[in-house]
Amino acid sequence: MDHLLEIRNLSIDLPRGKKLPPIKLVEGIDLDINKKQNFGVVGESGCGKSITCNAIMGLLSYPLKVGKGSSIRFQNSNGKEQEIVGMAPQELCKIRGNEISMIFQEPMTALDPMYTIEQQINEALSFHTNLTKAEMHDASLEMLKKVKIPRAEEILRDYPHHLSGGMLQRVMIAIALINNPRLLIADEPTTALDVTIQAQILDLMNELRESYDTSVIMITHDLGVIAETCEHVAVFYAGQVVEEASVVDIFHHTAHPYTEGLLRSVTSLGNAKKELYTIKGMVPSAGNFSTGCRFADRCDRCMDKCKTECPPLVEIETGHKCRCWLHIDGAVEEA
Amino acid sequence: MSEQKVLFDVQHLQTYFPILGGVVRKTVGYVHAVEDVSFQIREKETFSLVGESGCGKSTTGRTILRLIEPTKGKIIFDGQDLCQLDKESMRKMRRNMQLVFQDPYSSLNPRMTVRKLLEEPLDTHFKLTPAEKEEQIKWITEAVGINPEHLERYPHQFSGGQRQRISIARALITKPKFVVADEPVSALDVSIQAQILNLLMDLQKNMELSYLFISHDLNVVRHISNRVGVMYLGRIVEMGNTEDVYQNPMHPYTQALLSAIPKRDPLEEKKRIRLEGDVPSPANPPKGCAFHDRCVHCMGICSEQVPEARELEPGHFVACHLFDK
Repeated sequence: MDHLLEIRNLSIDLPRGKKLPPIKLVEGIDLDINKKQNFGVVGESGCGKSITCNAIMGLLSYPLKVGKGSSIRFQNSNGKEQEIVGMAPQELCKIRGNEISMIFQEPMTALDPMYTIEQQINEALSFHTNLTKAEMHDASLEMLKKVKIPRAEEILRDYPHHLSGGMLQRVMIAIALINNPRLLIADEPTTALDVTIQAQILDLMNELRESYDTSVIMITHDLGVIAETCEHVAVFYAGQVVEEASVVDIFHHTAHPYTEGLLRSVTSLGNAKKELYTIKGMVPSAGNFSTGCRFADRCDRCMDKCKTECPPLVEIETGHKCRCWLHIDGAVEEA
Repeated sequence: MSEQKVLFDVQHLQTYFPILGGVVRKTVGYVHAVEDVSFQIREKETFSLVGESGCGKSTTGRTILRLIEPTKGKIIFDGQDLCQLDKESMRKMRRNMQLVFQDPYSSLNPRMTVRKLLEEPLDTHFKLTPAEKEEQIKWITEAVGINPEHLERYPHQFSGGQRQRISIARALITKPKFVVADEPVSALDVSIQAQILNLLMDLQKNMELSYLFISHDLNVVRHISNRVGVMYLGRIVEMGNTEDVYQNPMHPYTQALLSAIPKRDPLEEKKRIRLEGDVPSPANPPKGCAFHDRCVHCMGICSEQVPEARELEPGHFVACHLFDK
């Protein structure tokens, strides 16, 4: 396997009792994450981007379940492939926080208010290493310095409420990176922060990625964050990947009408006081997806075919995949 | 723009919150939420306050509606000093000034139907017959784009964007002249944000409204406002016409803030002025210029004296010692 992580045909079910079939919250997700790649996942709320990544970590909350036929394969540090779906909880614990770790959106709620920063960093170490207490102290101190926290020695003894949002997010990054993971999942790491702090955190993450051999999956709804940090992007809409390409292609050779609408409705610089472009209507709720293209009733270029048949995700150019009938004539054979 | 009448004139506004401590809840200090803020809003204009969290922009918005009593300063609305009004005349005044809140999930009462939510401001401010009320509700639902069939529904049955429309309808049903919009789109998705911003701009045109628009999103502010004030720790550090401020930012804080906006294009080369550290606590603001300990151009005078706002270009005010003569 040449990819670090391969997701094949991932679906996530919301069971509805014995009589009804489950609602598919996401369906048919195929993603490949390369080593040392910065992968962006972008979409509006409710499109399934966060639960997809929770599934990678085995963190789906009850009653959500990974559907039948899904596969998430991860190559661990020994070069061995592992199937994450259906893995025993004890095995998962060995991977989580060690090979794959995660940064959450709200640093204020993700840290435990009852423990000091040092205790929380050490927790990650004590699970996965056999360091002595003194060694752990040194390791966490060094890590805090790497994420550029001033007065690191003092901060170790502080509790989360002593620190500001930006500082806490740095602590979260320190905890996530302390075991030198091969994959880091960042779920909206800067959404709760101010712009100047967001800029600091994004710069820090870019710098750290250079010095670690870590792939990053950046989940966000902000196209600016994508432009700033990612190399490859998948656009999610209503539980499906609608477009996947390199970041330059997404911004400059946009293929899918939804991506285009998303880019155009961003309040861009320089067109002040003009009417903004809007995508009409709302995201359909899970369970009410049409059998055709899920974007059809909001699309300006909707055709008859779109309403009845769901387009497949096909490669329209090398490394540029799109799920839209507009781009499919001729490409069908290739797929 | 300047020939239009000044609707709101805020002079040296100051709002402090006491910090209570000890067994007898004695005042042990003050949070300097708004230190010294002056601005004017003209008729049919959108004035924006922008800044990071904790800089006092929301407190300013609420203080000028007298939802929070100011510690000092004058708030003149349409020629009347709001601070001088007694409770009853203030209540009557409120129909002219309304507020749209940030979070449409918590600002609507979950136990009231949309119809009740819309009737409430009418009952508070006017004595209308049921037929007249019906007419008003019909008018406002059409204006903001709520389906009249949904009037008997409860807030939880709507999405975020729809709820924000209800909030806007509730604010506008008394036909105010002035609306404070406190981060009205921050809780919404990009595609819905655009819909709500368009709605706000349409309503402004049709109803001749003035807005005080409060936001931390610099792109949204640039899009919607005529003039903008950049706040830092309870003071306006730079104020001017939106394009003047965005294209020619003079205050070091504004420059850093604008350079921190994520780029809109992966190919764009962007030089970033990086700010170190966090915003100081408003309970214990630094002496002199509030920004001096993060400023790259900090001089000796900055830590001693608070800079005065001066007009460097017509209508463009900057409070910074760099421009002292």
